Amino acid sequence: MSNVADSDRVADLARVVVADHDPRSVPVTEFLGACYDAGLSWVHFPEGLGGLGLSRGNQAVADRILQGAGGPVPLGLNPMGYGMAAPTIREHALSDEVKKAWLRPLATTEDIWCQLFSEPGAGSDLAGLATSAVRDGDDWVINGQKVWTSLAHRARWGLLLARTNPDVPKHKGLTYFVVDMHSPGVETRPLRQLTGQAEFNEVYFTDARIPDAHRLGEVGNGWGVAMTTLMNERSALGGSGSRRGAGTISEAVSLWAARPERQTPVLRDRLTQLWLRSEAQRLTSERSRVSATVGGPGPEGSIGKLVGAELNQQIYQFCMDLLGPEGILYHGYSKPEGDREDSDWRGPIQQRHLRSRANTIEGGTSDVMRNILGERVLGLPGDLRADAGMPWKEIPRG
Amino acid sequence: MAEKLADQPDKVAKTADVAETLANEPRAEFMFTDEQQQLLSAVRRFAAENVDETTVRRLMESDPPFDPKAWHRLGSELGVLGLSVSEADGGVGGTLVDQAVAVEELGAALACGPIFGTVYLAIPALVAASAGPARDELLAELVEGRRTAAFAVPDRAGAVDASLIEVTATPSGDDWTLTGTVRGVVDAGAADDLLVAAIGPDGVSLFAVDAAGAGVERTTQLTVDQTRPQAVVTLSAAPARLLAGSDEAERVIGHAFQVASALLAVEQVGAAQHMLDVAVQYAKERLQFGRPIGSFQAVKHRLADMMVDLEHARSTAYHAVWALTDGSDDPALAASIAQATCSAAFSRIAADAIQTLGGIGFTWEHQAHLYFKRAIVDAALLGSAEDHRSRVAELVLDTASAEKPPRVADGTRG
Repeated sequence: MSNVADSDRVADLARVVVADHDPRSVPVTEFLGACYDAGLSWVHFPEGLGGLGLSRGNQAVADRILQGAGGPVPLGLNPMGYGMAAPTIREHALSDEVKKAWLRPLATTEDIWCQLFSEPGAGSDLAGLATSAVRDGDDWVINGQKVWTSLAHRARWGLLLARTNPDVPKHKGLTYFVVDMHSPGVETRPLRQLTGQAEFNEVYFTDARIPDAHRLGEVGNGWGVAMTTLMNERSALGGSGSRRGAGTISEAVSLWAARPERQTPVLRDRLTQLWLRSEAQRLTSERSRVSATVGGPGPEGSIGKLVGAELNQQIYQFCMDLLGPEGILYHGYSKPEGDREDSDWRGPIQQRHLRSRANTIEGGTSDVMRNILGERVLGLPGDLRADAGMPWKEIPRG
Repeated sequence: MAEKLADQPDKVAKTADVAETLANEPRAEFMFTDEQQQLLSAVRRFAAENVDETTVRRLMESDPPFDPKAWHRLGSELGVLGLSVSEADGGVGGTLVDQAVAVEELGAALACGPIFGTVYLAIPALVAASAGPARDELLAELVEGRRTAAFAVPDRAGAVDASLIEVTATPSGDDWTLTGTVRGVVDAGAADDLLVAAIGPDGVSLFAVDAAGAGVERTTQLTVDQTRPQAVVTLSAAPARLLAGSDEAERVIGHAFQVASALLAVEQVGAAQHMLDVAVQYAKERLQFGRPIGSFQAVKHRLADMMVDLEHARSTAYHAVWALTDGSDDPALAASIAQATCSAAFSRIAADAIQTLGGIGFTWEHQAHLYFKRAIVDAALLGSAEDHRSRVAELVLDTASAEKPPRVADGTRG
């Protein structure tokens, strides 16, 4: 439960930041740097690392003031940085020196972060990944291929999960690293998706080197560290705006109001059901935020990820059905090269509809989310695993 | 512990102060106090000791279909019938959130008794009515559990509609007589008092009628849920006392319907949680093909979906309760969101629990059908999910503006 004195202190600090660094006039990096220095980036982090050592619930107090004054939503500018890298670094980086070196430029968004987990041969079964890390003096030498990597082309740093021991069962042979995306042997190529765009990338590692000081957590404990990242990813993906009617549903409601000639009772009830589910999820996020005031994100975050992904698809499908013949018109499939930095990924509504197919795949498929809810929240037994206890190198792959 | 709760009004009053302090903070919603956790434990313990399945099955076939002694204990010992009634009116002086916490647990246990008529409707109506001898005396009796009441007021999906009222009120000296019929009055068969809406010379007023008095005929109607009986009430010049005059009756009745919609939603959450727990437990224990059926994804994913629906239902139900407690949201919209969500969720969860249980779930012997039938009746009371969806559509979609109409048509390149 958040203490009134703490929230007053956070509010005071936020007001000072806003007064001294008006977000409407100073550069974003300066404003976010001031937030970091005041401990308002993540109030539950330790002092000196962008936090104040307070409970997480106070973050909302800070964000209301900072964003209310016109400040940016940092999660939108550096999603993997704020959503996943920061909590993982805070918990698992080996020294305060590297924590400090990484966290401030992350917070200011001068350094964009990406996540190097999925591979062509390891999606839902992430622990089966094959990219190898071999120790060589004070360095690790990396070889392999990652895929589905958002923002790799703009990222300075990547969160990398690699196999350091192929002779033990898959979960036990992984180690977690931070890789400099500008270092030799790291090659990023755009991966064109069904939308025609390339917001994701493939990343190839050919004898790339990482100093051991940039390892997160112990050798062989990469899976445990990755869980921190994934829990935060899912809770970041699931956490939606807290204003009623905001988010994707607002697009459908505006479209509804803008197309009175297309309105039918059947579509009206469909939209009402989608609105209600969006509202129920919004209230559930609020409720879990209150109960997560102490402690980190738990498996409840998976509810938001699951529901949000399916709702996005259903809402855009509704929009297409409301538009009818208009909805099949398309602006064309632009070439991925060249326009990635500037173009709005979300694009027109037809494109957002196509893009929404990824929602139930990225960050954990909905099928895996339901397993997680069933097993970690409801305590149901796991499914039979054909590779249980088997050394990774003996597991059939294909 | 239970006695302690009832005997410590100062402690509960303190809870109310804290709630008031927190009401200024947006985070106060969904934040339960330690006192509310204690209340929950006390009601859960009472239910475990007094409302087991055998008792429910016995009572639902008894006349009256509940245990008046146990009901009295709920009011007097536990003090959970009037948790949001002020101390001056004989209650505990807590909030509607306190009342909801108790209702959720009683719903989970499928507790038999006139909770719908008395706690969800009659008490909130009396609380909303101006003080007066008839109102004060009846409220105190209901809160103590010495008498029970039914709310003989027709609703249009949980909202006031005077055109549905078929009872007329005629002044006779300082008193009144009522004549007419009210159908589908839940808990009326065994009630001591009936709260009746009637059309008088000045419009709609709310009256109290002694159910055992002259000119009152009650015809029990069987419903699919034996734990929640109802009756047709026929009044023939039945003597009545005025509770709320035409100046305030529609407000009083409307408030009672909104509180009842929120509390009914919370009851649905409690019962749905119980059904989910039963289904999950069974899926962990039942072995087929040499393994627990809960390890199969077809079963696991259905249970996960049930859990999502339950959590959504819980959020909307408690949001409605909070909206009525601190005015943080339009209570009509919040109540309809809750009813639309919780009626659908409980119905789905009860049905899917039976599917998870398989053959045993379709037997009379298993408890699942009791909850499935409660789900059917609860969904129909105070408006169906569809009724409430219509209201949400009116409040949200019909007022939506195309201020920023999305410019859509494209494909001009071709």
